[in-house]
Amino acid sequence: MSKAAVDVPLKGGFSFDLCRRNDMLSKKGVQPPSFLKTGTTIVGLIFQDGVILGADTRATEGPIVADKNCEKIHYMAPNIYCCGAGTAADTEAVTDMVSSQLQLHRYHTGRESRVVTALTLLKSHLFSYQGYVQAALVLGGVDVTGPHLHTIYPHGSTDTLPFATMGSGSLAAMAVFESKYREGLTRDEGVKLVTEAICSGIFNDLGSGSNVDVCVITKGQTEYLRNHQLPNPRTYINEKGYGFSKKTEVLLTKITPLKEMVEVIEGDAMEE
Amino acid sequence: IFEYNGSAIVAMVGKNCFAIASDRRLGVQLQTIATDFQRIYKIHDKLFIGLAGLATDAQTLYQKLVFRHKLYQLREERDMKPQTFASLVSALLYEKRFGPFFCQPVIAGLGDEDKPFICTMDSIGAKELAKDFVVAGTASESLYGACEAMFKPDMEAEELFETISQALLSSVDRDCLSGWGGHVYVVTATEVTERILKGRMD
Repeated sequence: MSKAAVDVPLKGGFSFDLCRRNDMLSKKGVQPPSFLKTGTTIVGLIFQDGVILGADTRATEGPIVADKNCEKIHYMAPNIYCCGAGTAADTEAVTDMVSSQLQLHRYHTGRESRVVTALTLLKSHLFSYQGYVQAALVLGGVDVTGPHLHTIYPHGSTDTLPFATMGSGSLAAMAVFESKYREGLTRDEGVKLVTEAICSGIFNDLGSGSNVDVCVITKGQTEYLRNHQLPNPRTYINEKGYGFSKKTEVLLTKITPLKEMVEVIEGDAMEE
Repeated sequence: IFEYNGSAIVAMVGKNCFAIASDRRLGVQLQTIATDFQRIYKIHDKLFIGLAGLATDAQTLYQKLVFRHKLYQLREERDMKPQTFASLVSALLYEKRFGPFFCQPVIAGLGDEDKPFICTMDSIGAKELAKDFVVAGTASESLYGACEAMFKPDMEAEELFETISQALLSSVDRDCLSGWGGHVYVVTATEVTERILKGRMD
């Protein structure tokens, strides 16, 4: 293999070798690509037995909706989940990375992960990139010390709160929380309040939409209610669908039959 | 940046089959320099990747991916599953988070038990799985509209081919930077059908 060959997986972290070329391209007037953002409304609240997290499911690329049903509540540990707003790739990468670090930590210590561990890992990563990794997170979970809810901002600052909202729809959701939150909510009241807050974000904020995802974390049990509520069903369904009577003009067709995969079973060695 | 070469790629899911289609134009801004440019590459028999965006980055990324996949085949003695491959592409793209490839991949494959899998990513690797269709390229806005209207769940291979071709051709007709025909691959569990479409040559 020549020296100039492609390098085998690096030891991790970012590689900056295309930066100079991208700078040169933008000076020539070629704009950089736009990233997938998760406009978003994400919320969390603490109720009497644990934590409830909620999120909408729309992913936007500029003004276009790229994904109508994406997952914004990411798994960190069996007892810790994290909602992410901001650049989609950043939230996914950062939560995946911290999730595997937590798993390794669990193997080392033999104990259930604590929410503050996840919090410290996330905030130190985000701070070291000085806000360039644009991930705004709502982290919630229940561990031996009780239920916890934190918000983490892209530059690395954190807040510990009984109820929190983040994302472009955060003001709409916070309005609902500020008026209806009280200490010691039951599970059903909590879920209802979270759903109301997300719905207010969905209907009033353009960057949030589609369905509501809810995650209820209590001591010893986590329930992920994917698409808990679908307030935006498609109303314009054409029963017959599109039928194409006029066929597309085909210039060339090539059919390649796929070979059956032959299973190689290790036989006994031939006796000589 | 995607406005430099022009591209249009769409993938759709049918009943135990999938289809992936692209346009065939390669341009330098407004001048067309090739009308048979290949954007969809085969990784293995049941896994295809289409790369929209800057053509040079698409080709480089394709070569890196083929390299990684061949290494995987040597180590594991089997082909990569589409979900694993999507994670690989996502990781490769996120590595260059602050100096990205100007490329948007569309991945389509048959996974376990020939269940179709499609996904697309933005240029830094944010995966977007979908159960119906995914689009990428300069014509993506019209493709979203056309697919949204024309898609039906659980289509058979022939109907899927018609639908994806009509969606692609009508969308690239509304985009100056893509067009000059289409290239469609329909993959079922038993065969791969590659067809070249005639479209408006402008």
